[in-house]
Amino acid sequence: MTRNTRTALLALLGVCFMTGLGWASVPLYRMFCQATGLNGTTQRAKVAPGAVDHKIRVDFDANVAPHMGWKFMPESPSDTVDVGARDMAFFTATNTTDHTITGSATFNVTPYQVGKYFTKIQCFCFTQQTLKPGETARMPVIFFVDPKILADPDANDVQTITLSYTFYPVDSAKTKS
Amino acid sequence: MTDTALHPSAFEAHGDHGHGHADHDAHHAPGFFARWFMSTNHKDIGTLYLIFAICAGIIGGGISGLMRAELAHPGIQYLTTWAAYLPGGEQGLDHSLHLWNVLITAHGLIMVFFMVMPAMIGGFGNWFVPIMIGAPDMAFPRMNNISFWLLIPSFALLLASPFFGGAGTGWTLYAPLSTYGEPGPSVDMAILSLHLAGASSILGAINFITTIFNMRAPGMTLHKMPLFVWSVLVTAFLLLLSLPVLAAAITMLLTDRNFGTTFFDPAGGGDPILYQHLFWFFGHPEVYIMILPGFGIVSHVISTFSKKPIFGYLGMAYAMVAIGVVGFVVWAHHMFTTGLSVNTKMYFTAATMVIAVPTGIKIFSWIATMWGGSMTFKTPMLWAIGFIFMFTVGGVTGVVLANGGIDDYMQDSYYVVAHFHYVLSLGAVFSLFAGFYYWFPKMSGRMYNEALGVIHFAIFFVGVNMLFFPMHFLGLQNMQRRVPDYTDGLEYWNHFATIGYMVMAFSMIFFFVNIIWSLVAGRAAGDSPWGDGATTLEWTLSSPPPYHQFETLPVIDGGDGHH
Repeated sequence: MTRNTRTALLALLGVCFMTGLGWASVPLYRMFCQATGLNGTTQRAKVAPGAVDHKIRVDFDANVAPHMGWKFMPESPSDTVDVGARDMAFFTATNTTDHTITGSATFNVTPYQVGKYFTKIQCFCFTQQTLKPGETARMPVIFFVDPKILADPDANDVQTITLSYTFYPVDSAKTKS
Repeated sequence: MTDTALHPSAFEAHGDHGHGHADHDAHHAPGFFARWFMSTNHKDIGTLYLIFAICAGIIGGGISGLMRAELAHPGIQYLTTWAAYLPGGEQGLDHSLHLWNVLITAHGLIMVFFMVMPAMIGGFGNWFVPIMIGAPDMAFPRMNNISFWLLIPSFALLLASPFFGGAGTGWTLYAPLSTYGEPGPSVDMAILSLHLAGASSILGAINFITTIFNMRAPGMTLHKMPLFVWSVLVTAFLLLLSLPVLAAAITMLLTDRNFGTTFFDPAGGGDPILYQHLFWFFGHPEVYIMILPGFGIVSHVISTFSKKPIFGYLGMAYAMVAIGVVGFVVWAHHMFTTGLSVNTKMYFTAATMVIAVPTGIKIFSWIATMWGGSMTFKTPMLWAIGFIFMFTVGGVTGVVLANGGIDDYMQDSYYVVAHFHYVLSLGAVFSLFAGFYYWFPKMSGRMYNEALGVIHFAIFFVGVNMLFFPMHFLGLQNMQRRVPDYTDGLEYWNHFATIGYMVMAFSMIFFFVNIIWSLVAGRAAGDSPWGDGATTLEWTLSSPPPYHQFETLPVIDGGDGHH
């Protein structure tokens, strides 16, 4: 192998590595968001740590993808919770069309910096939901606000957290556009 | 610009042409078709790149003329009429506004990928990197050929896309507009065009890296390489490491558009912000790709016309390396309004401002080179000094925009447009003109007309400043970029900018007349028309250089380093 070929192959290796990094960024970005709460990505846990003496308001926001044909709303628009305490909120979804639709919900919280402190124990958004024509489902989310939020100078002045869901039809990617 | 002494005896191929058998090949050029369509000669390919870049520049510049005409007054003047000429014909206001998006997209992509990059890297890089390091040609001449010819179908795809609906996504191709906002083949064509242009540049980068690392003449150490070669080396690494990420990102766009993937679609768990991260991880190094070879050209011109070696040679070389390295870790300053946390913004603000340090080293070293020099103000020198002024103005507004807090206010305003046109449209373009006038005698063998060159510079300088400086005011008054209409109060400076465009366009007449006149009737340039100040290897060859140079490699003496 000549010296030129070797240099060119090394350069090509660099190209392959950066191409790989480009594609690897997709799972890496998801992991990064989950680890750091970037863009308001919420956390998961099994149990709540217990209430501390601080209250925070949580607003609930429910959206449906255009033309999906579901009605989706929180049962109460907001809830005031003790930081650290387990809380449960209900959302209802109704299929207003004449055919069965499966949907899954994406979610985040705002302001973005509370993402790493907003922890869900159980959520309808972890699984897909199927509604028959006209069927209504009552769907719970169990969550707590991590008391560590009070120690974070960027987040301890937050008084209202908005938890937002958007339902998309599961096969939307295939039928879209 | 170098104090490197050459062994004159090493230049048999140059001094007495045609005498020895060894010289015979130096002047044997193939026939027209083989020479220009199957070329493997770095100088011919460089010429092809320059012609291509000039043609693309005329198209891209013409599109900006259309945009300035529309923006001369508030309201929609011409878009509806122009839209009627495209397939689909008269389809109402939305169709016309889409044409606006198509125009800005085409202008951006053409100027970046088909004007500045081919001229800087493909044109001057191909022409002068091998000569400056004392090499007979590029390392992979056939690969060099395909690098150029990949650009032709790439450009054709982009130019054809308006006839299939038009890609109106902006040069950034942001999702979701580029994924499900614009169905039809146009955006796919633009993406494939970028794939081809990217492949062309990656092949070119591999070629330059191999050439510069392996084919330097004896004695030409890395620390004696002319600064233009350094600039192309750093640029090649930036291309090599950033373009594959763009290729991955736009391939994901393509599969999101056509094959139902959801990389950037929240419905399937994707995130459109990820596209912006990937794009700008490429996009920020890309802006340095466009300006770094310009830095190299300006260093040579300033040194030549000050008759002094460049001040702080090593500092200049490593400043470019530093700009290249830091350029990879500042990308999110293009995304300050996408909801980054305060700490992230602080990091990207600080890292961005750090780039002002090596850039400042370069500016001050150019000034220090001129200081006490025996300066002559020939046309290339005027462009180089113009470059320093323009780039400093653009650099200062860049430091303003680097602040995350201020950027929240400035984002997507004409202040940003003014900033990046001062560094690119004026910075990069001024360095291109400096290089063109500087090397035109070497490339063609004929002197350009000095008077026409000075007139071109003077009118162009006034024109572009009239064109772009008012955009700062417009931006501070929150005129939005990418919008063909604006409130009545902004009319004065918009109209002024349009007049500036016409002044600039008028100056280009002198440029083209100069080229044609000089090619036909210019006086012979001689080997080294710029005198003692021009010390790099290209000036030791005849003008134009022999078809194959350095059949006997030049030997570079010790000395205390290049320039």
